[in-house]
Amino acid sequence: MRRQSLTAYGFLAPYLLVFAAFWFWPIIYSFYLSFMSTRRLPWTFNPSMTWGRVAQDPAFYNALKNTLTILAIQVPVMLLLATLLAVMLNSKLLKARGLIRFAFFAPVVIGEAAYAAVFRLMFNTEFGVINKAIEGVGLSRVEWFSNPDAAMALIILAVTWRWVGYNAIIILSGLQSIPQDVYEAATLDRVSPRQQFFYITLPLLKPVILFCLVLSVIGSMQLFAEPYLITNVGGPGGATETLGLYLYRQAFLNLNFGYASAVAYTIAALAVTISALNLWFGRDKT
Amino acid sequence: MSGLLSSNRKRSLALHIIIVPLALLWVFPIWMMVVFATRPDSAIFSSEVLLTPGDRFWENFQLLQDDLNFTRTLFVSVLVALIYTVLSMILTSMAGWALARYKFHGRIAVVGIILGTMTLPYFVVVIPQFIMVARDFGLANTWVALIVPPLFNSLGVLFMRQAFTMMPSELFDAARVDGVSEWKIFLHIGLPLARPMLAALAIILFLASWNNYLWPLLIANDTSMMTAPVALGSLFGLLDVSWGGIMVGAVLMTAPMLVVFVFLQRFFMAGITAGAVK
Repeated sequence: MRRQSLTAYGFLAPYLLVFAAFWFWPIIYSFYLSFMSTRRLPWTFNPSMTWGRVAQDPAFYNALKNTLTILAIQVPVMLLLATLLAVMLNSKLLKARGLIRFAFFAPVVIGEAAYAAVFRLMFNTEFGVINKAIEGVGLSRVEWFSNPDAAMALIILAVTWRWVGYNAIIILSGLQSIPQDVYEAATLDRVSPRQQFFYITLPLLKPVILFCLVLSVIGSMQLFAEPYLITNVGGPGGATETLGLYLYRQAFLNLNFGYASAVAYTIAALAVTISALNLWFGRDKT
Repeated sequence: MSGLLSSNRKRSLALHIIIVPLALLWVFPIWMMVVFATRPDSAIFSSEVLLTPGDRFWENFQLLQDDLNFTRTLFVSVLVALIYTVLSMILTSMAGWALARYKFHGRIAVVGIILGTMTLPYFVVVIPQFIMVARDFGLANTWVALIVPPLFNSLGVLFMRQAFTMMPSELFDAARVDGVSEWKIFLHIGLPLARPMLAALAIILFLASWNNYLWPLLIANDTSMMTAPVALGSLFGLLDVSWGGIMVGAVLMTAPMLVVFVFLQRFFMAGITAGAVK
C-alpha cells in the first residue's frame, strides 16, 4: 500500500501541482478577497464594501434578474428540444442520418467570436436577413439590438443554437444505452410507440437529462461571451447584462477585485443551490 | 403486415417533415458565414437579400489583414492549442492512470476534488489567476500565461481514468512480475492500449483551447500575442471595419474544426459524452 501510494502520487504530482497553483490557491485567495475593499491601496478588511454591496447593488440585481430569466426560459426550451432531437436522430426511419446529425452537431465546434459575428449580421436591424424575412411576411421589423426584450430573445436564440446539439449528443448516447429488447417486449405486448416513449424512454433517460440540466444551469450562470460579443457588452442599457458580464466589468474594467470576488462566490452559491434543487426534485422517489 | 408498413411510412414522413426544415435552420448560420465572407460590405449592408456566396473571399481577407494581423493571431492560436493539448494529455493521462490502477490513501479525496471543480464556476478562480499571472509574476502577453493556467482539466482525468479502469489488470501484472518499472508499464503498455481514447481527448482539448475566449481576453491584449477569437471580437465595436473581413476570420477559425469534426465524428462524440458516463 505504501509503495503504491508513492507511485500513485508520482503520477499525480504534475496534475496536482497545477491544481494547487491555479485552482486550490485561487479558491482560497478569492474568498479572502471577497472581504477586502480593493478600491485603493492598501487593501483593507471591509466586508460592507463587498458582501454588503452585493446585497443592495441595483446593477447586481439587474444582472441576476437577466441571468435567471435566461436560465428559466433557455434551459427548459433547449433541453426539451435536445430530447426530441435525440429521439428523432435515433429513429430507424431517419434518412440521410449523417447529414442531419451534422446540421445539429456542427455548432458545437464553433467558437463564440465566430458565431457572434454571424448572428450580429443576420439579425442586423436594417440589413439583416432575419428582419428581411420578417418584413417579407408582412410584419414590422424587430429592433434586435435596441429593444430590451428582443435583445434578450436574441441571446436566448443564439445560446440555444450553439448548445442544443451538445446536449442532444449526450441524450442520444443515453438513448443508445437503453437495451433494445425492452422495446421489443413492449411491442409484443402491444404498447404503442407513444406509450413506449413516456413509460420506457423518458424514465430511463432521466439521469442523463438531469446531468444535462446541471451542466446547463452552471453554464447559464456563467454566461459571458454572448452578451459581451453579440449585444455589445450587455446592451441595450444593461438589458442583457448577465452575472458573468457584471463580474467581468467589476473585476477587469473597474479593477475592483474584492467586490468582484464576492459576486463570484454569490454566483457559485446560486449555481450549487439551483443544481442541488434540480437533483432533489429529479431524484427517484423510492 | 401491409398496415404496419404504411403506418411506418406515415411516421417516417412526419419525422422528416419536422426534422429536415429544422436541420436547414440549424446550418443556416454556418451557410451565411460563407455568404458574408465572400461578399463585399456594400452588398452585406444593402436592401438586397443575400443567400448565395460571392467571389470576394481574398479581397475580404486582405481587408481583414489591414484591420489587424489575423494570420499572426491564427499562428498564436494554433501554437497555444497544440502545446496545451500535448501538455494537458500528459498531465491528465498520468493522473487518470494513478486513479485507475493504484489503491492509495487520499484517492477518494482526489476524485472528490476533480468532481468538485467540475461544478465550481470558473469565476471563483479567474480573478486570483489574473492577479497572480499578470501582476505578481508579470507574465501578461506571454506563451506561458496563455497555456499553463487552463491546464487543470477535470473532464480529461475522468475520461482517462475510465479508459485505464476498463483494461484487465493481467495485462500489467505479467510485466510487473518481470520487474518492469511502473513508469514503463504506463508508457509502453497502458498508453498504447488507450490510443483511441487519447485521440478523442486530444480533439476535445484542442477544441477547448482553440475556442477559449475569456482567459486569453484577459491575459493577452497585445496584438502580437492575441489569439484569433479575441482578435476577431476586438473588431466588433469598431466603426470603420470590414465585416466581410471579420467573416473571413470566422470562416478561417471554423472551417478546420468542421473538417476535423466531419472526419473524426466518432472521437468527438466519445469526448463529449465522457462526462455523462460515470
